[in-house]
Parts: sequence; structure tokens; C-alpha cells
Amino acid sequence: MSTPKISVRGVEKVFPVGREPFVALGGVSLDIADNEFVTVVGPSGCGKSTLLNILAGLEQPTGGTALVDGRPVTGPGPERGVIFQQYALFPWLTVRENVEFGMRTAKVPKQDRRERAEHFIRLVGLEQFADALPKTLSGGMKQRCAIARAYAVNPSILLMDEPFGALDALTRVRLQEQLLETWSEERRTVMFITHDVDEAVFLANRVVVMAARPGRIAEVIEVDLPYPRDEDMRLSPEFGALRNRVWHAVYHQRQIKEPAQ
Amino acid sequence: MAVTTAGATRDGNAPARPRKNRTFLVLNIISIVAGIAIWWGLSLAGLQFPTPGEVVAAAWKMIKDGTLATDVGASLGRVLAGFALGSVAAVIVGFVMGWYTVARGLFEPWIQFFRTIPPLAMLPLVLVLMGIGESPKIFVIFLAAFLSCVISTYQGVVNVDKTLINAARVLGAGDGTIFGRVVVPASTPFILVGMRVGLGSAWGTLVAAELLAAQAGLGHRMQSAQLYYDLPTIFVGIIAIGVLGLIMDRLLMIAGNKLTAWQENR
Repeated sequence: MSTPKISVRGVEKVFPVGREPFVALGGVSLDIADNEFVTVVGPSGCGKSTLLNILAGLEQPTGGTALVDGRPVTGPGPERGVIFQQYALFPWLTVRENVEFGMRTAKVPKQDRRERAEHFIRLVGLEQFADALPKTLSGGMKQRCAIARAYAVNPSILLMDEPFGALDALTRVRLQEQLLETWSEERRTVMFITHDVDEAVFLANRVVVMAARPGRIAEVIEVDLPYPRDEDMRLSPEFGALRNRVWHAVYHQRQIKEPAQ
Repeated sequence: MAVTTAGATRDGNAPARPRKNRTFLVLNIISIVAGIAIWWGLSLAGLQFPTPGEVVAAAWKMIKDGTLATDVGASLGRVLAGFALGSVAAVIVGFVMGWYTVARGLFEPWIQFFRTIPPLAMLPLVLVLMGIGESPKIFVIFLAAFLSCVISTYQGVVNVDKTLINAARVLGAGDGTIFGRVVVPASTPFILVGMRVGLGSAWGTLVAAELLAAQAGLGHRMQSAQLYYDLPTIFVGIIAIGVLGLIMDRLLMIAGNKLTAWQENR
């Protein structure tokens, strides 16, 4: 593998809370290759969302560097699309206007904008709701709209922060399958945060397991299951074995005592 | 199926609404009719009230000779001028306060201080400084509308969902775009609430200002009627003030509902 798409080099994030500073990330290093699908799973407080926000350019690390295409991240950029757990659709805009938002800020000509919005709205299956306001959509539909909106600015990286966390189990499984379908049609480098072990294994080329206090990478587990993945795969013994490994890595973490300061 | 008229203008997702609305309307009408009946009864029972009939007659006379139109015109002109100026200023100052911490620090103590003073209490000072023309009255109304609306606008800007701002940032929006396309629409509901409160406050202040110093207007009319013990005219004034206030409030509410139809859970 040549230069990695995403390269996290000893990234630290320390929040000054009270007398004892809180170490959200204590020196995390991780490389993600072009078009790779990486999921990051871990207990709450392990800094997985902080890591994603740093890559998104929404937060600055207090130490180390985050590189995208070999260049340090200094702020948000159009090559990195972000999908939030709370959907973050603009409620006063229709599905189409939401999807066009990023292209409007990038001053994409109207005709182009229309066509590309149309394309991605169809890709996520919302063509019947293109002119609907977000309040009329279900949670799953909202998140599909958010995915289309992120895709529409044509990022090479998608950063997804527990995007299906607020959805019911069935919708969540459906959206996982749809996401893989979309991803196989429109390949991107994906970093996907979750706390759901099944989801982590089902989606990823590679599962990064993180641990808390201080936030760090505990284990990286390769998922050598072929795409496309479907329900049968989810029930296969190979999947089960990987799932157990990840589960074990997440829930039986050694507690490293922070050195007293 | 039942006739649906009310639900159609919104999003039509409330089939139970029309019937409920109708029951409500019927109760409203019963209440109004009963209220007028009680008034009539009281005036016949020897209280010093004019009967509804006398009030209607007085109103008719005032409509015919044009005094009602003149008074309403004078009052509405003042309130609309003051309210419009006050709202515009409140929105601008509110946005600046919400957006820039420095501005918040500088404006806040003065706004909090003047908010505790009823605008009418400023009238003596304003009359001395600005004379007895239209400007002091408009200024006091402006103050009333501004002070009611500015805090609400500022709250709206401060309360804009951080995730929406982040979503805009990662979609490549700069500060200007975030302000125009996220902060302004997101705080619209707050501004509209502020404007409704401001309008109520402006209307109340106006009438009181006219009672003190004016040559025309509903407040002035009532004031001079008081000298002649002309109760029907006072009643006409009171009713006109109530009806106009109600109409303005409803118009603003309808406009607000149109502008914020995107809001969830309503």
C-alpha cells in the first residue's frame, strides 16, 4: 500500500477538566487505505467520536497529527463528508434542498446541481420524497437523506459518527445493507463509528477496537469476508467467529490505570 | 368522509382536527354571545353601563362622521411605525449579540436595565426631549417592541443547534453562509415569538401614550370622551383596541406559521 488515504499519527486529545485533565485520546495511530471501509467500535468514553471529529476538522488535536492524502487536517474540507448520528438535516429545507446544500456553497451551476442531487436521491431511494420536509420523514429516511447529502459534494472520504445509533434494529440492518450497496456503487474511504459489534463486523474490511481511559486502540481485527454481504453471511459461522472476537476485544478490556500525576 | 377544510392547509396529517376545531368554535361563539348577554343584562339592571345597542349606535355615528377611521388610522400608523422600527432593530441587535461575544458583553447590561423599566415610564423624559409631536409616541412604542423582541432573537441565535452548524461547516459553508442559511432560518421561530410579544407590548404602550398626549387616536378619543361622561364612545374605543390588537396578533401568527411550517412536533 502506498500513501494511506487517512493517516493518524500519535493523535492526542486532552480536555482540561478540573484538576485532573481528561485524556480522550492518548496517542492514537491508525492508517486507512484508499476505498477501505473501517469501523471503529468501543465503549463510550473511548474517544472514537473525538477521533472522527478531529479527522473531520471540527476539533483540533492537542498532540500528534491527522493526515488526509498526506496533508495535515486544519479544518473541514469538501473531500471529507460527515454523517452525524442526529441526522443534522436542515429542517427548513426539503430533501432535495438539503442534498443540494453543499453544492450550492461550492457554487455548482444549477443544472449540474439538480442532476447530481437527483442521482444521489435515487441512489438512497428517496426519489418520492425529494420535495418533502425532513419532519415528514422517518429516522431511517432522514439518515438516507443525510447520506445522499454527504455523497453529493463528492467527498473521497465518508466519516460516519454512529449514523444508525438512533434507529430501531430492523431499520438499522436494512440501512447497513443499503449502505454497503451504495458503497459498492460509489466507492469511498469510510470510517464508521459504532458501538454495535454486529454492525462493526458486518460493514467493515477492518474493525478497530478502542478502549477508554485513556482513549486508545486496543486491537485491530481484519474482516476477510467477501462483499457483497447479506443476511446469510450474517448468520454464517465465520461471521459468528469474528463477531465473538470483536465482542471479546470490546468487553473484556484490561483496565489500564492512568499514571497518577 | 367528513368535510376537511382546516387540515388541508397544513399537512393534512391530523384527521381528528376538523371536528375538534368545530366543537371549539361553537364553544367560542356561545361564550361570546353569553358575554354580550350578561353585559346587556347588567346595563339593564341599572349599572352605569351603556347597552350594547347604545354602543353600536355610537360606533355607527363615529364611522359615519369619519372620526373612528381617523382615530384608528392615527393609532395604527403610530403602532406600525414603532413596531416595524423596533422589530428591525431588535433583529439586528439580537443577531449581533448572539453572534459576537464582545457585542453581547457590551449590549447586555443596557438591555437588561431598560427591560425592567416600563416604556411608559420613559414618556415624561421623552416628551421633554422630543416635544409633543408624533416622534415621542413612536419612540416609546419602538422601545416597547424592541425590548420585547431583542432578547428572544438573541436567544434564538444562541440556541441554534451546534450539529446543524457543524453539518454546514463540513459541507463547505463559511461564516457568511452559516449565518445566512443556518442561523437566520433556525432562529426565525424565536424572532416571531419575540415579535408577537413586541406587538402586544407596542399596542399597549401606544394606547397609554395617547391617553397622555395626543390630538388624535383611539386613546385620545377615549380620553376626551371621559371629560363628557360619554360612556358609549369609551366602549367603542375599548372594543376597537381589542379587535385591532387581536387582528394584528392573528395576522402575525398566520405569517409566523407559514414561515415556520418546517418545525417538528406542532
